[in-house]
Amino acid sequence: MTNLSDNWLLKVEGLTKIYGEPNENSVRLTGPLFGSNICPETDSIVACADINLELFPGEVLGVVGESGSGKSTVVRLLYFDLESTAGVAYFNQYGNGAINILNESSQKKRFIRNHLMGMVYQNPKDGLNFRFSSGGNIAEKLLMAGNFNVGRIRERATELLEQTEVPVRRLDDSPASFSGGMQQRVQISKAIANNPPLLFLDEVTTGLDVSVQAKVLDMIRTLQQELGIAMIVVSHDLSVIRMLTDRTIVMKNGRIVEQGLTDQILQDPQHPYTQLLVSSLL
Amino acid sequence: MLIGQRNTTNYKPLTTNYTTPYKPPTTNRKPKTTMGYVAVKGGTEAIANSIDLVEFYRIKDETPPIHIKQLQAQFRLAIDKIMGEGSFYAPEYGALALKQVEGDVFEAAFIMRAFRATLPRMYYSAVIDTRNMFVQRRISSSFRDIPGGQVLGPTYDYTQRIIDTRLADESYEQVQAFLEQFKARISETDRKAVTTFGKVIDMLRAQGLLKGVGNRDDESEEGRRLVDITREAIKFPAPRSARLQMLARAETGGIMALGYSSMRGYGGVHPTVGELRVGLVEVNVADPSGRSRYIGRIRVTEAEMITKAKTGKKSERSAGSVPYYAIGYGLCFGQNETKAICMGILDRAMRNGTKDAPANDQEFVLYHTDGIEAMGFTNHLKLPHYVTFQSGLNNVRRAVAKSKKKTEAKPTSPTSTPANGASGPSAGDAERMPTEVLTEL
Amino acid sequence: MIPTFKKFDTQFNFAFIDENTKREIRRKLLKAICIPGYQVPYSSPEMPIARGWGTGGLHVTLSVIGKDDRFKIIDQGSDASVNACNLRDFVHRVTHCRVTFDTHEATLIQTRHRIPEEQLNDGQILVFQVPQPEPLRAVERYETKTREMHGEADYARMWVSLYEAFVRYGDIMQGAGYPVMVNGRHIMSPSPIPRWDVPNLNQSDCLYLFGAGREKRLYAVPPHTDVVPLEFEDVKFRIEQFSGIRCSMSGTGGAFMDELYNDLGDFRHVINDSDFLDKLVERKTRPQQWSNKYLQEVLDEMNANTDPQP
Repeated sequence: MTNLSDNWLLKVEGLTKIYGEPNENSVRLTGPLFGSNICPETDSIVACADINLELFPGEVLGVVGESGSGKSTVVRLLYFDLESTAGVAYFNQYGNGAINILNESSQKKRFIRNHLMGMVYQNPKDGLNFRFSSGGNIAEKLLMAGNFNVGRIRERATELLEQTEVPVRRLDDSPASFSGGMQQRVQISKAIANNPPLLFLDEVTTGLDVSVQAKVLDMIRTLQQELGIAMIVVSHDLSVIRMLTDRTIVMKNGRIVEQGLTDQILQDPQHPYTQLLVSSLL
Repeated sequence: MLIGQRNTTNYKPLTTNYTTPYKPPTTNRKPKTTMGYVAVKGGTEAIANSIDLVEFYRIKDETPPIHIKQLQAQFRLAIDKIMGEGSFYAPEYGALALKQVEGDVFEAAFIMRAFRATLPRMYYSAVIDTRNMFVQRRISSSFRDIPGGQVLGPTYDYTQRIIDTRLADESYEQVQAFLEQFKARISETDRKAVTTFGKVIDMLRAQGLLKGVGNRDDESEEGRRLVDITREAIKFPAPRSARLQMLARAETGGIMALGYSSMRGYGGVHPTVGELRVGLVEVNVADPSGRSRYIGRIRVTEAEMITKAKTGKKSERSAGSVPYYAIGYGLCFGQNETKAICMGILDRAMRNGTKDAPANDQEFVLYHTDGIEAMGFTNHLKLPHYVTFQSGLNNVRRAVAKSKKKTEAKPTSPTSTPANGASGPSAGDAERMPTEVLTEL
Repeated sequence: MIPTFKKFDTQFNFAFIDENTKREIRRKLLKAICIPGYQVPYSSPEMPIARGWGTGGLHVTLSVIGKDDRFKIIDQGSDASVNACNLRDFVHRVTHCRVTFDTHEATLIQTRHRIPEEQLNDGQILVFQVPQPEPLRAVERYETKTREMHGEADYARMWVSLYEAFVRYGDIMQGAGYPVMVNGRHIMSPSPIPRWDVPNLNQSDCLYLFGAGREKRLYAVPPHTDVVPLEFEDVKFRIEQFSGIRCSMSGTGGAFMDELYNDLGDFRHVINDSDFLDKLVERKTRPQQWSNKYLQEVLDEMNANTDPQP
């Protein structure tokens, strides 16, 4: 891994999302110092503000924090599920990294999502259409990237299910009838269908049994090593972060409070909040 | 509500008289009606006979023809419904339509709507002022007493719904006797001067308890625009003016069902009747010089439904979290209280900002409550569909034949690959119901 | 004794609809022609014909008809079907235009669920009655959403639904109203015409106008426009198969067939297009049909079976 500063895959500056009707003080009056992300003057919610980060090709970045810290908001903004209030994001696989992808038209954003990104949500219902079969869900990604050959789509879907350890005979069944772990595997298959250079994982193992969690995490790690795909892993669970990530960002009340190599953060947390998180893990 | 008025001086000369007896069109060849290669033989002739037959059914018992004056006088509420749904305030036409279709209110409203569509729009009336309504009935269930008092007026609400056998042979003499007796009870001296009544909601508003509700769409410039749904294609989200116009023309039963659903639990509107009034209002239009001209009076029912609303922005809150009231508004032609009330509920429900109940969802409510559209499309199923059906049949036969061939050849072969290169569904899949297959129309 | 109501003697404008509304419809039609396959909202006034019975078709017909037009109307391919007769009478009553059953002679044809077998030419207009203009309705119920999907050419779910049909049934099961891609941009519903007719929308000489009255949408396919049925590289669009089937009245094939059942439950095939059949039976001539590869295959097969092999 060569973390040369001009070699980034994704570069984010000043990413901000505010709900409601903020005023000029809303960002200033919220954050870890105030222990809140609700603006006392306007009631607007500062979900995240001033987020700067860089992600390098093949790197796995963890985003950790308690619920409401804004960590999911960050990936949802970058995957265009939400519209940002402010900030820019550059993606070196798109427009030579010179175009703010957050400002692109919906059509272009859809192109980026379909060709260059994958997303795995905490709730499989957000990432999968339960009215379609597993194969259909995977097909959606492939079709949108211009693959209109049913035979090849089914071949690829079969391959992906094998890779993610889903029984291939369930290809034509709706994920609605699957276990939580298997739904997540289908979601991952769909997310990586087009070999995207970037994958977002949002609390993918939350809600799964511990034994299933371990298997899914193991599978994600194997996939990451095989495909060399860059990932942003969002989790409230430091054990997930420890297992998967190289570098970690710690968030609280919509702000980054600490960042660094995952091992460092776990061994020598600097911010009191991170210390609290780490101590609760041990 | 806008009224189609014909201006006789400005009206273009017309080329076609629709009421002249119909002569079949002449063509170069006769349609082949005898050879049986169409689903229905001899269309034109069959239609002509069918029309004669339905006319026969209307009058076959040789009772004296009902004069439309009688219908207008004695079927007031039916005609009010017809005018509302037909979106055309013309009681004689309503009576005529009702007579023409043997009392089918849906058909009659349809005839009114179709006729209305042929009239050019000459004017837009000024907004009617229900504060200056000549009130015939007016109640509030929110307060025991209201300024000006509760006026029960004519209503079937407290009639005991027992079938009145006396009406079976009601005579003209009985009618006269009742009228004389009734009129004698009205003492000219005791009659109060005609007054207008202040509105109940004005009291609440003065106390600062009433706030507007609406979503962001409603507050935008487009949302506040006054549209004319008869002249403009409505897109969703529709401005409130369009929503109210569509509800005012909606079929009473349809909006009753949805309004009821919202009260019963599918949605959150638990309203109180702030005020319900029925009465006459003036209609004025501006003449070319801009002067307001009185052109007549129409009877309307107006409902102001009071509902609770959540507090909005912090800046609007005075002290802490205060719930306030919001109004759902209903107004329709004639006396049709069920409709006005349900319209008020739906107006409020559609401003809830969520689609979690059918009544809150404006596309759902407005697309499915227009009686003329719903009735037309329901009945279109009676039209022949044999070409469409043949097209589907062809597919189903092929799929069945294919699955038979497959099960006969190889009983278990889930991974077999057909010649076209794509692996097909496994055996037994055909029995499963489709979850998402395109509809055929 | 009974007063007469003079005001009830009502007369109507030429072609029934008032001129302002006609002008609006023509304006919207021009827009539709400029953006092939795009659904243009319009006011859609009520007609004396029920919603769902051809009001959209009538709006278009009555807005574009002139006194010199020769008007033909078919329903399910037939000139004699009740609704066709009823609408023909109506259009004739309000315009006094010449009406005809002859496809070739007509300048303006209104249709429900068929394109005539006989090829339409430059100068002819075919007006479709459309029950549901939105091809995406089966995958998305909200109008707000489908308009967005068209705007952004976001057709993923449409394609997946075709894939799913293949997975379940081994074939794309869409019967009539097969979705098409128009001019490489908009997915369009061709109205519930059989698949047999769909290829005839492509690169035609005539103008196709579509009116959906109840849903208040107009759209168009101008002459010489690409119209391609949605298909996969390896799962293809197919027309209805009438392989080896001959019409019991004309003895020929190569046309869309109806199945006619008798009291014993047996059925025979008869050519669906009534004017085409008339010409075959009465004039003993086969009118010029559309040229498309699907029909050509059918005709080739038919001719191969007719010619005795040496």
